[in-house]
Amino acid sequence: MRRIVVVGGSLAGVRSLEALRAEGHDGELVLVGKEPHAPYDRPPLSKQVLRGEWPAEKTRLRFDPAALGVSMRLGVSATSLDALAQRLSLSDGTTLDYDGLVIATGADARRAPQSMPGAQLGNVHVLRTLDDALALHAALVHKPSVCVIGAGFIGLEVASSCRALGLSCTVVEPLAIPLANKIGTTMAELIAQMHRDAGVVLRTGVGVAALEGGANVERARLTDGTTIDAQLVVVGIGVTPNVAWLDGSGVAIGDGVECDATCASSVSNIVAAGDIARWPNAFSGQRARVEHWTHAVEQAAHAAKRLLRGPAFNEPFSPVPYFWSDQLGVKIQFAGHALGGADADELRVVEGSVAERKLVALFGRKDRVVGVLALGKPARLVHYRKRIADGMRWDEAVPLS
Amino acid sequence: MKIVVDFDLCQSHALCTQAAPEVFEVRDDGFLYILQETPPEGLRGKVQKAVSECPTGAITIEG
Repeated sequence: MRRIVVVGGSLAGVRSLEALRAEGHDGELVLVGKEPHAPYDRPPLSKQVLRGEWPAEKTRLRFDPAALGVSMRLGVSATSLDALAQRLSLSDGTTLDYDGLVIATGADARRAPQSMPGAQLGNVHVLRTLDDALALHAALVHKPSVCVIGAGFIGLEVASSCRALGLSCTVVEPLAIPLANKIGTTMAELIAQMHRDAGVVLRTGVGVAALEGGANVERARLTDGTTIDAQLVVVGIGVTPNVAWLDGSGVAIGDGVECDATCASSVSNIVAAGDIARWPNAFSGQRARVEHWTHAVEQAAHAAKRLLRGPAFNEPFSPVPYFWSDQLGVKIQFAGHALGGADADELRVVEGSVAERKLVALFGRKDRVVGVLALGKPARLVHYRKRIADGMRWDEAVPLS
Repeated sequence: MKIVVDFDLCQSHALCTQAAPEVFEVRDDGFLYILQETPPEGLRGKVQKAVSECPTGAITIEG
């Protein structure tokens, strides 16, 4: 292949470029990224950047385009693709031909629906990009009381950062127990209690009906008729994959770019990686997108190999998904299947205890260990993740040395 | 090849200990220890994997 274009200037895009070079591609490499910033890392945005501990520059990904021989097209987005002609159209009016393409356009934060009264008020934020984080940090300096809509990882990390800044914070979540769909009800309840103990007000099992105020938001009205005073609202209700530009391209899309087990799209010289790729993971048995940091790194490497070696490279991408979240000074890590709202068949704390809020817990389904959660024990999780990848049985669910 | 770790960035995810157990170890105290600061060339691939998978970008290779 003479020219490979990577669309998407975040972690998956950058790691794809590095992997393509490492795998021996000696032709042209072009990165197209819609944000004007040099590629940056997202995990610090809801933590160090939001709390004002890190300047924006410290989030920059270690990446040397000159050394890798990458032509950078930043501040430019891909507006359409013609997979037959192998041609991209860009937002600056130019076109870009390619021999191979990596789609890594990720996802955008979902905003409050237009149908919600007050969705357009001032001081209603989302948190996805560096600019989002800087704007939110600048607003938090004025010490508003904060309402977070959605108690997913972003919402709870924002709540945690707000408490660290001494701000009052209420989190509104339709689920009865935040995160129960990811880590099961028992462990999710423990984390919810940690937030309550830290002074976060959790309003669960209820939604936001409207935002009210003048030019800026002043309160949130909930579906049960109660109100929450808030001078600032953060909407953390998930993301939408950036696939609109692929309409009519010839690449199969749905909730993301539809890939096979090797990360190839429906078009042979196009692969996808990161938040946007929806593929069948043989480990979990699910066809899904995964929005985690480690996933972007691992999938970028796999997709790069698939692109360079072609269909002859038939190794499936089947990692044990790993993610972490930092909340209230505690590292929460999980590897394995998302638990889908219920506890697994089995739950066993194999290290530490619920009482000390430092633990490693294993989740079992039938005769297998399908997941591991570590709370405040960052170094322990990897041991179990590796064993789970090797097919750990439930009767082996004991502390590992 | 010389291993450099920024211990201010390291959060003991310990993924490096899986990628290159000959070089990295996180002990019971929760801290990362570098077992070989100048590992042999034969380990470069493993060390590069550790660098690549480190969630906080705490590891660099000099040389």
